[in-house]
Amino acid sequence: MSHAPAAPKPHGLVAEFLGPGALIEAAKKTRAAGYKKIDAYSPFPVHGLAEAVEFEDPRLQWLIFIGGVVGALVGLGLQAWVSVVDYPVNVGGKPMLSLPAFVPVLFECTVLAASFAAVFGMLGLNGLPRPHHPVFSVPGFDRASQDRFFLVVEAVDPQYDSHETADFLQSLGAESVHEVEDEE
Amino acid sequence: MSKPPQDRFIGGKQSYESIDRKIGRVVLDQKSHPPIWLITFAMAFLLVQVLGGAVLWLLYKGVGIWGINQPAGWGFDIINFVWWIGIGHAGTLISAVLLLMRQQWRNSINRFAEAMTIFAVMCAGMYPLLHTGRPWVAYWLMPIGPNTLGMWPQFRSPLVWDVFAVSTYMTVSALFWFVGLIPDFATLRDRAKNKIVQVVFGMLAMGWRGSVRHWLRYETAYLILAGLSTPLVLSVHSIVSFDFAVSIVPGWHTTIFPPYFVAGAIYAGFAMVLTLAIPMRAWYKLKDFITDKHIDWMAKVMLATGLIVFYGYILEVFFGWYSGNTYEIAMIKNRMTGPYAPFYWSLITCNGIVPQLLWIPKVRRCYPAIFVISQFVTIGMWLERFIIIPVSLHRDFLPSSWGMYIPSFWDIAMFVGTIGFFIMMMFLFVRFLPMINIFEMKELWQRQQQAEHADHADVGAGPVPAHDAAGAGHDKENAQ
Repeated sequence: MSHAPAAPKPHGLVAEFLGPGALIEAAKKTRAAGYKKIDAYSPFPVHGLAEAVEFEDPRLQWLIFIGGVVGALVGLGLQAWVSVVDYPVNVGGKPMLSLPAFVPVLFECTVLAASFAAVFGMLGLNGLPRPHHPVFSVPGFDRASQDRFFLVVEAVDPQYDSHETADFLQSLGAESVHEVEDEE
Repeated sequence: MSKPPQDRFIGGKQSYESIDRKIGRVVLDQKSHPPIWLITFAMAFLLVQVLGGAVLWLLYKGVGIWGINQPAGWGFDIINFVWWIGIGHAGTLISAVLLLMRQQWRNSINRFAEAMTIFAVMCAGMYPLLHTGRPWVAYWLMPIGPNTLGMWPQFRSPLVWDVFAVSTYMTVSALFWFVGLIPDFATLRDRAKNKIVQVVFGMLAMGWRGSVRHWLRYETAYLILAGLSTPLVLSVHSIVSFDFAVSIVPGWHTTIFPPYFVAGAIYAGFAMVLTLAIPMRAWYKLKDFITDKHIDWMAKVMLATGLIVFYGYILEVFFGWYSGNTYEIAMIKNRMTGPYAPFYWSLITCNGIVPQLLWIPKVRRCYPAIFVISQFVTIGMWLERFIIIPVSLHRDFLPSSWGMYIPSFWDIAMFVGTIGFFIMMMFLFVRFLPMINIFEMKELWQRQQQAEHADHADVGAGPVPAHDAAGAGHDKENAQ
C-alpha cells in the first residue's frame, strides 16, 4: 500500500448521503448517467435500493432449495437403508419401508440442510468473512453501520474518471466525496 | 397517513443515532448496569452450582437418586424437558411466524425472545440426556453407525424423532439468532471505543459492511430461515407430543395432543417473555422500544393461546367420557378426584381461570398484574406436564401395578438449577449482546417517520438539505 512509490490504484469514489431516500435517488441518477459498477451501503436494508442499482441475484434461493432437496434425500435414504437393508427390525409386523413413520426425521433433515444452505450460502455469496475491504478506509465510513448512507462508483467502471465522477457525485448532493485506494 | 402517538411501536423522540445509543449503551457502557443485575446474576450463579452438584451426584449414583419408579418411569426429567422446550417456542414464534405475517411490532422483542429460546432449549436438552443414565454414550442416539454395538437407531420410534427434532431446532435457532446479530455486531464494532471490544465485535461481524448486495442476500436468507423455522417449531412440539400420543397409555393416547401442545408451548413462552421483558425494559430504560402497546399485545396473545389450551382441557375430559373406555374414564376420574387432584385443580385455576383477567383492558395496563398472571401461567404449564406425565403413569391398566410418584430432593435441586442456569444466561446475554435488534429498529423507525411525515422522508438523519426533496418524493410513493 503505502510503500508503493507509484500512484496507488483507486478502488473507487465514495459519496456520503444523509438518508435512504437521497441514496436511492442518487443511485438511480448514477445508473442513468451510464455508470455500471456501483454499490451502495446502508445501516439497514433499504427497500428499492437493489432495484436502483439494478442488482439481483437469484442464486441464493436456488442454493437453499438444493440444500433442502439434498437434506430430504439424505434423510429418507438413511432411514430407508438402515430400516430395510442394514438393520431390519420387525416392529409389530409393519412393512420394513414404513414411510409414514419416516416423515418426521425426513422433515427435520430437510429443514436442517436448507438452513445451513441459507446461512452459509448467504455468507459465501457475500464474500464473508472478509476482515478488510477498501471502503473501510473512507473517513467516516464507521457511520455506514449507524446513520449514514454511501454510494460507491468503482474504478473498474469504464466511465470512471477521478475528477469528472467526483464532480458528478457532488452534483447529486453528496455530503462528502472521497476517493479510496484499492488493496494490493 | 399519520398515526396517533399511542399507536407507535417506537415511542419518544428518536433518531438513528439515539436508537444506536440507547440499545448499544447497555453493551458498550458496562457501568450503566443497575446493581440489580449483579444481585440477580449472583443468585442465579449460586443456583447453577446447585445444578452442577445435582448433575455430578446423578452421574456418580445414577438415575436412582430421582423419584422415578415403576410404574412412573417418567417424572421431573420429562416434565421439565417438555416445559422448557415449550418456553423456548415463543421465541421462534415471535421471530419467525410474526416476521412472515409482517408484524413489525415483533422487531423490538424478537432478539430477546430468540435468546430465550436458545437458553430454554439448552435447559430442555439436559434432561433427556441425563435421563438416559449414561450421557457419555448419548451419541448412540444419533445415526453414527455402525457404532461399537453395530446398531442403528429405530426410526419408527417417536423418541428418535425427538432427537432429530430437538437437535435441529437448537441448531436452526442458533443460526437464525446469529444471522440476526451480524449487522448489529457491525454497528457495535463501529461504535465501540475500547480496542478489545472493537476487535471482538469486528470478528463476530465478519467484515459486514452493509452493501446493498449484502442486504439483499441477507434479507432473502433471513426470510427463508423464518419460513423454515415456522413449520419447524410446529413440528418440534408436535413430535414432543408424539412421545406420548403414539403410546397407548390412557391420558396420552389422544389425537388432540399435537395442536394442544403447540398452543401450550406458545402460551408458556409468551408468559416467559413477559416475565423477562417487564423488568428489563424498566431497568434498562427501554420503554420507548418495548412500549406499552407491545405488552398489551403480548398479553392478548397469551390470553388467546390460553383459551386454546383451556379448550384442550375441556376436550380431554369430553374424550374420556365419550370414548366409553373404562380406562379413559378412570383416568379422568383419577385426575379430578385421585391423589393428585389438588394439582389438577390448581392447573385449571392457573391456566384456565386466572388468565381470564386479561380480558379487562385495565389489567393489561397494570404491569405488576401482568407479571403475576405470567407467573400463574408458567406454573400452570408446569402443572399441565405434571398431570400428563406422572399422573397418567402412576395408575394405568392393572391396579396391582399402581404406585405413586414423589419427586426427590435431587429432582427439585436439578429443576431449580436449570432455572438458575436460564436466568444466568439471560443476564449474561443482556449484558454482552444487544438485546434489541438495532438495525430492524432503525428500519422500523424510518418507516414510522415516513408514515407520519410523508413529505420528509429523510427526517431525523440530520438537517434535511434542500436537494433531498427529490428523494423524498420517491419515498412518498413507497409509503403509500
